Amino acid sequence: MRIELEKRPQASAFYSVLSPFIALFLTVIAGGIMFALLGKDPFSALYGFFVEPLLDIWSIHEIAIKAAPLILIGVGLSICYRSNNWNIGAEGQFTAGAIAGSIIPVVFYEWHSPLVLPLMLIFGMIGGALYAAIPAFLKAHMNTNEILTSLMLVYIAQLFLDWMVRGPWRSPDAYNFPVTRDFAPEAILPELVSSGRTNLGFAFAIIAAIALWFMMRYTLKGFEITVLGQSQRAGRFAGFSSRKMIWFSMLLSGALAGLAGISEVSGAINKLQPIISPGYGFTAIIVAFLGRLNPLGIVAAGLFLALTYVGGEAVQLTLSVSDKVTRVFQGLLLFFVLSCDTLILYRIRLVLAGRPGAAQSGAS
Amino acid sequence: MLAVRNLTKLFGSFAACDAIDLDIRPGEIHALLGENGAGKSTLVKMLFGVLAPTDGQILWRGEPVLIASPAAARRIGIGMVFQHFSLFDALTVAENIALSLDPGISLAKVAEEASRLSHEYGLPLDPKAHVADLSVGERQRIEIVRTLLQNPDLVILDEPTSVLTPQEADRLFETLAKLKAEGRSILYISHRLEEVQRICDRATVLRRGKVTGACDPRRETPATLARMMVGSDIAVVSAEGTNARGEVLLEARHLSAAARTPFAVSLKNICLKVRGGEILAIAGVAGNGQSELFDALSGEYPTSEAASVFIRQKPVGTLGITARRLMGAGFVPEERHGHAAVPALSLSDNLVLARSQSDRKAFIGGGLLGIIRHGAVKRASARISEAMDVRKSGENPVAGSLSGGNLQKFIVGRELDRQPAVLVVNQPTWGVDAGAASRIRQALVDLAEAGSAVLVISQDLDEIFEVATEIAVISEGRLSDAYPARELTREKIGLLMGGMYGKTEAGEAAHAHRA
Repeated sequence: MRIELEKRPQASAFYSVLSPFIALFLTVIAGGIMFALLGKDPFSALYGFFVEPLLDIWSIHEIAIKAAPLILIGVGLSICYRSNNWNIGAEGQFTAGAIAGSIIPVVFYEWHSPLVLPLMLIFGMIGGALYAAIPAFLKAHMNTNEILTSLMLVYIAQLFLDWMVRGPWRSPDAYNFPVTRDFAPEAILPELVSSGRTNLGFAFAIIAAIALWFMMRYTLKGFEITVLGQSQRAGRFAGFSSRKMIWFSMLLSGALAGLAGISEVSGAINKLQPIISPGYGFTAIIVAFLGRLNPLGIVAAGLFLALTYVGGEAVQLTLSVSDKVTRVFQGLLLFFVLSCDTLILYRIRLVLAGRPGAAQSGAS
Repeated sequence: MLAVRNLTKLFGSFAACDAIDLDIRPGEIHALLGENGAGKSTLVKMLFGVLAPTDGQILWRGEPVLIASPAAARRIGIGMVFQHFSLFDALTVAENIALSLDPGISLAKVAEEASRLSHEYGLPLDPKAHVADLSVGERQRIEIVRTLLQNPDLVILDEPTSVLTPQEADRLFETLAKLKAEGRSILYISHRLEEVQRICDRATVLRRGKVTGACDPRRETPATLARMMVGSDIAVVSAEGTNARGEVLLEARHLSAAARTPFAVSLKNICLKVRGGEILAIAGVAGNGQSELFDALSGEYPTSEAASVFIRQKPVGTLGITARRLMGAGFVPEERHGHAAVPALSLSDNLVLARSQSDRKAFIGGGLLGIIRHGAVKRASARISEAMDVRKSGENPVAGSLSGGNLQKFIVGRELDRQPAVLVVNQPTWGVDAGAASRIRQALVDLAEAGSAVLVISQDLDEIFEVATEIAVISEGRLSDAYPARELTREKIGLLMGGMYGKTEAGEAAHAHRA
């Protein structure tokens, strides 16, 4: 017996809706097995992971705080991936944006003005975009592989941040801890509602998602992105330039990742420190694909992945499992999402052996 | 020799070959006729062990056999020459041949054997030559010699003349006659009726995966054979031919372009002129610079000199395709999927692909936002489908779901709908069924009669003689002079394809052009 994948004549609309849910279901099953093997009760573990965080207002705010950077980065990445530019370095652009946005509150900390916050956000976007410009330039003009260059730049950005907070930007009043001075109140992203810590970053994420959804759905620019992503040659025939598209998509996603970086630092951490992200830039890749590269789908996917962060922290405390559990869940999820996508284009067929002279001859 | 009973191949629910019966006798040249997509290739791939049949039997000398792989096919005495060659450019002829043989035979012995065979069958080959330096015809000879070295009883040839000049094809036919005289059988796949009538003893005709006729091609007329292939009569393209010549609308002056990749052809000093009302056809064997010429004329890859291409007498050599479209030019590239159209996008989106700027007023709204007016685009795409008789499933299906012929009708119709002053078409009916082909050719003729300049690049001489008012030949990136279509014969074109044209003929042509 063997399993055959048979190409469907047309992509299945049914499975393109259902496949993320099948993936979720399989992730939960696999996660349950994992908890069982760790010697924990799978039901209470899964309950603690996925349900409990939704039951109190504090953790819902935590989910929104964590979802904001994931969505912001994820929608930018979706534009890259739709246009066939594989920016894997959003984590680095996030870090670069955080550093560039922090110039004002760290270096010019004595300047107090309502302009501080908007300028910080703009600096953050420019920082992320400039950092993404490096792989964009290398790809557009030297034909290098952007997957490698953007990924390697992540580590450079992280180590540069580490050096900055230990060296030039270390706060004089932090007892030699590797942190910058605390941001002044006007450099802090205001909270969105009075009930909790959710800040303006979440609003940025939703606005960006809606704007990019509109662009992809209705405008010629969105059409250009889709065409160039599917076939460079057809794009050239249409008069679209794939080189300009490299710049457009990389700068856009870099800017959004940079905005996410400075929003996180300004809204949630209020200073720079060696580690400012639990891997948002990488998790956003999962978010982008789980959301089917559709900006609105990414909002839902971002909220869900944020739940895995918050739920992971919760079970870490209650069941004393490792914090790696969250990473495993996210990895499982990406794995199942990508494999379930096969169902959209292919039909699975079991071929039983034994039909004489027929299909077997090819395999024998 | 070989018999096939009830052979079936399913791809999903689609039957590429449906219960096919076929008999090949010793010492005959048997034609397998059919349009593109009729199932010819699928059938021979099963005979040569590339594909496994879903059902049915293959009998070899009366015994049922399972052909599990090409190696197994070769062992029992079936050889095949594919349409697309598998040769290493950097290796010599002898090295390429040795690769397909058992290891352990010395290269000198291979070379000796190969040159003996090639002389015996009238296929001159230098075993020490590098493949990269050889013409397509010579490369095909390597494939044939490689096949003959295995001493096969049945040789399968897949569309062997599609890459040959008429003279090269004649040579090939002599070789085939020799093989036949030795008692070997040949399965000859083609859709060229004239050839089949000339060299084949029997023919089996396929249509949509089924055998629709078995006959002696010499007793049939091209019309009856075509009916078996297509299933209906084909409209004859009528070219009234206007003598009124307009002004020159498309011109290339000393157009040269370096090859972009190691496998591309460079364009060398190409000059051509197309007036309103004319159809200039560019004949040539595949891979002689046709796509490169298209790229340069369309502006997909602009040239470095403005004064190398003129549209409506304005220099456009350095402008991109959008600017040239805005000057009234339309373009139809050779490859439908992934060049002229994006298969996964709907027909209306594929209309936007070619006309987002030339019809900006109609199709794009919202000022700087650039919002696509889907309603207007859909109406236009319905209009085009109607005008060109595009048969599709549903209102606005994805381009990839259309058959080659119907998609090509849409792609040509997309340009005609604008009434372009200049139309450049590369291989307008390549891989298109006969009904759609005649519809497309008629549309090109009608456009020229309405006063536009049309440039058709084609490998199909029948097509060229059907539509062209002027003919030029491209060979290794050089273009011959243009001759009035009625003054040219196939033989003359064949000579030009080989690159053998001299100064005197050029003088004649200039004279003829002025007349």
